Amino acid sequence: MKIHLTSVFVDDQARAERFYTEVLGFVKKYDVPMGEKDRWLTVVSPEEPEGTELLLEPAGHPAVGVYRDALVEEGIPLAQFAVDDVRAEYERLRALGVRFTQEPLEMGPVTTAVFDDTCGNLIQIATKPR
Amino acid sequence: MPDDLFKALADPTRRTILDELTEQSGQTLFEICARLSMKHRLGISRQAVSQHLAVLEAAGLVETRREGRYKFHDLNTAPLRQITERWPTHDTPEPEERTP
Repeated sequence: MKIHLTSVFVDDQARAERFYTEVLGFVKKYDVPMGEKDRWLTVVSPEEPEGTELLLEPAGHPAVGVYRDALVEEGIPLAQFAVDDVRAEYERLRALGVRFTQEPLEMGPVTTAVFDDTCGNLIQIATKPR
Repeated sequence: MPDDLFKALADPTRRTILDELTEQSGQTLFEICARLSMKHRLGISRQAVSQHLAVLEAAGLVETRREGRYKFHDLNTAPLRQITERWPTHDTPEPEERTP
């Protein structure tokens, strides 16, 4: 068994597409119309085009708001992405206006930081433990 | 008020939370939990951390601040002054100052 797709709920798919591709640097993999206005919209890392896809799923379900608000209030990220250098990525994203709720924090072998994806979620970036 | 302060300071986990907030003020609950588990190897639930924060808040040592959708915890050391006001410390002069 392999993890080939995971998802985050996003307030607005067009905005999410821009943020996840233009700001974070992922590339769009699938963009298929679903129903009236929703899309099956996935992105992948340019470093792993055949790797795990991230589905940017519409946050229309009434339970999503409550669930996400509670997590965001406590600073809990919904997904984690690996980067080579958390501090460099923090500086790069901050220069693009991205809001961080946790600045780079070194904890033993791992460094992490948490930012707001502007689509309703907090996302953690982390260095891979060596 | 002083009882709340001494109760808050009596617990080692709560003192560690204050240490971490001294290093970086304005932390989310998630960050405080991460610091306790990853840096201090404290196996402690998020609910337990929340309760410790409530005790620290009651003592006035931690203040919470809402910013948009997030909630941050800040350190406030002002209540600690009550300790030195009650039991004033007198600085002992340096040895070379004593011998002219």
